[in-house]
Amino acid sequence: MQFSVLIIILLGVMAMAYHLGRRRSLATVGGSSGVRNLHSLPAYYGFYTALWAGLPALLIAGLWVFFEGSLITSMVVQSLPAALRDVPPERLGLLVNDITNLANGNIVSTQVDAEMQRAADHMNELRTIGQAALAVVVLSIALAAGSLAWRAIGPKMRARNRVERIVSSLLIGSSLIAILTTVGIVLSVLFESFRFFQKIPVTDFLFGLEWSPQVALRADQVGATGAFGSVPLFAGTLLISFIALLVAVPIGLMAAIYLADYAGPKLRSYAKPVLEVLAGVPTVVYGFFAALTLAPAIRGAGEALGMTVSSESALAAGLVMGIMIIPFVSSLSDDVINAVPQSLRDAAYALGATRSETIRQVVLPAALPGIMGGVLLAASRAIGETMIVVMAAGLSANLTANPLESVTTVTVQIVTLLVGDQEFDSAKTLAAFALGLQLFVVTLALNIVALHIVRKYREQYE
Amino acid sequence: MVDQQNTRKRTIDIVNASLKRRYARERRFKAMGLGAVILGLLFVSALFVDIFSKGYTAFVQTHIELEVYFDPAVIDPEGRRDLDEISRADFRKIARAPLAKLFPEVTGRRDRLALYSILSSGAPYQLLDMVKDDIGVIGQTRTIDLIADDDVDMLVKGHIDRDTAAADRRVNDTMIGWIDRLEQLGLVKKKFNTRFFTNGDSREPELAGIGGAAAGSFYTLLVTLALSFPIGVAAAIYLEEFAPKNRWTDLIEVNINNLAAVPSIVFGLLGLAMFINLFGLPRSAPLVGGLVLTLMTLPTLIIASRAALKSVPPSIREAALGVGASKMQTVFHHVLPLAMPGMLTGTIIGMAQALGETAPLLMIGMVAFIVDIPGGPFDPSTVLPVQVYLWADSPERAFVERTSAAIIVLLAFLIAMNTFAVIMRRRFERRW
Repeated sequence: MQFSVLIIILLGVMAMAYHLGRRRSLATVGGSSGVRNLHSLPAYYGFYTALWAGLPALLIAGLWVFFEGSLITSMVVQSLPAALRDVPPERLGLLVNDITNLANGNIVSTQVDAEMQRAADHMNELRTIGQAALAVVVLSIALAAGSLAWRAIGPKMRARNRVERIVSSLLIGSSLIAILTTVGIVLSVLFESFRFFQKIPVTDFLFGLEWSPQVALRADQVGATGAFGSVPLFAGTLLISFIALLVAVPIGLMAAIYLADYAGPKLRSYAKPVLEVLAGVPTVVYGFFAALTLAPAIRGAGEALGMTVSSESALAAGLVMGIMIIPFVSSLSDDVINAVPQSLRDAAYALGATRSETIRQVVLPAALPGIMGGVLLAASRAIGETMIVVMAAGLSANLTANPLESVTTVTVQIVTLLVGDQEFDSAKTLAAFALGLQLFVVTLALNIVALHIVRKYREQYE
Repeated sequence: MVDQQNTRKRTIDIVNASLKRRYARERRFKAMGLGAVILGLLFVSALFVDIFSKGYTAFVQTHIELEVYFDPAVIDPEGRRDLDEISRADFRKIARAPLAKLFPEVTGRRDRLALYSILSSGAPYQLLDMVKDDIGVIGQTRTIDLIADDDVDMLVKGHIDRDTAAADRRVNDTMIGWIDRLEQLGLVKKKFNTRFFTNGDSREPELAGIGGAAAGSFYTLLVTLALSFPIGVAAAIYLEEFAPKNRWTDLIEVNINNLAAVPSIVFGLLGLAMFINLFGLPRSAPLVGGLVLTLMTLPTLIIASRAALKSVPPSIREAALGVGASKMQTVFHHVLPLAMPGMLTGTIIGMAQALGETAPLLMIGMVAFIVDIPGGPFDPSTVLPVQVYLWADSPERAFVERTSAAIIVLLAFLIAMNTFAVIMRRRFERRW
């Protein structure tokens, strides 16, 4: 049975349970005339029955979806003949992949032999059994729990309180998902990073000046092990982010000032949403623009001036990233500039200051912490930005400050290391997680500082 | 006395003397502000004009109108009209025959092959599909618009410059001569490119379409919406209406704000390590993509929903509590319906963000070359922005056009979603 069909049937069961529960509650007090003898409104008895019919069954179904894959795979591996099973883990992984593909009716990388065919058939058989079992288990749990709840219904039962308790624990559970996400991120990145640092010393990773993640396949190969020094990657990230901020901060700040203090309501109502369009454009579009329009243009201009410009220059990526973060800077600055009390401005005008003097000497100093917070948030956005640099920046790690040369960034390396074949026992794949950890820590620190500044500043004028 | 008058005069003199400079500075400052706004608007228009000028031509596709004879001797020599057998027939021959008839002077194997390359490698399948639709066409002659090769397409659309040296061009002079002849005969036609919207990915630009990617995006967003909306709204309700103010809820709050600013690629790492490696969910599946995007959009959604709840005035709650509603009834019967438009607006904006997201999906393997259109959230698939990324890497000129067209479609969806959100906000926004 299809999983979605099962869910639809389950929803149907819940609807039935609601109806039955409601009817029974009325029946116990002798029809709708006796409704005042019930503790709660009849609908609550319905909800109570429906929740009991639905929730446990949904939980089981959800767990099953998560663990079905690994469970079936391990059962198939168990059933393989010992000769096939006693191979190194990566060979076994390949074999399991092939079997899965065969079971799904896809193309297989090797010759199909009888054992594999048998395993694939076994896998399909397990899947069918699993799905049938799931349907039976889920539906019988739904019916059992639903009918238990149904039998418990009586005029004395505090159905509303019980329903509200269930709902409120659902609400709490939902708000805990945010925490779980953070814990999940930290754990998953930390775990793989530890495995990486068992192979490569932490100091080499943090302070090494060379990055070439190619690990030799044979022991005697030239350039035996790769170098995993992350300094050039961070230098490249910082170079591109710096160029981006150089573009975004003046333009964003000046635009915010103009729109907040000079522009008429009409220009403001048109220009603001149009500028905010820049924040809604997918980053892959910026990447395409940078790689196919801006980079060749910059190269052409550079050649006309007699300079050699790399076709994947840091300048092109940085400029486009700057365009992308203009709206972050401008809308955050706009907020803080508007938050500066009018009385400060009025006082400056009363002393005879011109508008620009008021802005420069009164409004901006008062808004500075908030603007700094906004810039830091924009910087963290620039450091973590991926698609623009993947498409427009280079792959080779260059320790340079020249914006016309090609550099690579942390995010580019994560993508190149993880797209395609992954081996979770080689330093090359694990390095991506170490980079991710580094990225997470740096952006988290920036965010915490920025949010702290912004919050503190807001309290000042409230 | 005299001294005092002198000083006062001097102050006003100083002020007057500096006025001109100060006013000039004022004007400069204002001009700089206006310049920044104009520059920003210029960037927006440059981006859009660039994409549109590159992409709009992809919505038409060059076809060659040919008189095709469905030769029974080639298609079905045995005359059994068995579709399996017909599928194996050499439709290339059928498609090529009319071209050879139009250019009888082209002889020799190599020249002939060059001539045939005017037609796309998809043209024979076009004919096969016609036969599958109506087996009666066998033995008849029909006028059919066959798909042209991408190089021909580019030449007809003027993307290939005829003046460049022949060696630098993808199309040689003989080919240009043939196409000019066809154009004089009125056989070159540009037709609306429906294949672009219905086909899956392909290595041949003229056959590649966004149908598969759009379906993948649809399933991914469906999963995202089904999970993130209920969870986001529930979390917002708890934090805004029920949570006691203590350290624990403070922690949750700081956490949500920080999660909103975590780079999206980190969520991809989480998806790879957790959902794929730990739980063994299938790679490249919209289900996993949807899960990752749910975690990514949840903070945005919670923040927007809380703002919506906050904007409902306390008097509503007090009135409900006053007539004896429980706290839960107050929230679900009175506060939530009033906050719903704001929450839906936030959800649409969150979905638009998820639709445009690429980086985390690269991590969980949604970058594979997938020709088939996915039929559900468990099938391997790709999504629109990833399709853009994949095509942007292809060297053919025709893929530049397709990429831009895919971007136009993506932007159209995003603009539609955001406009809808804005209209909803205007329509249902209440000032209390």
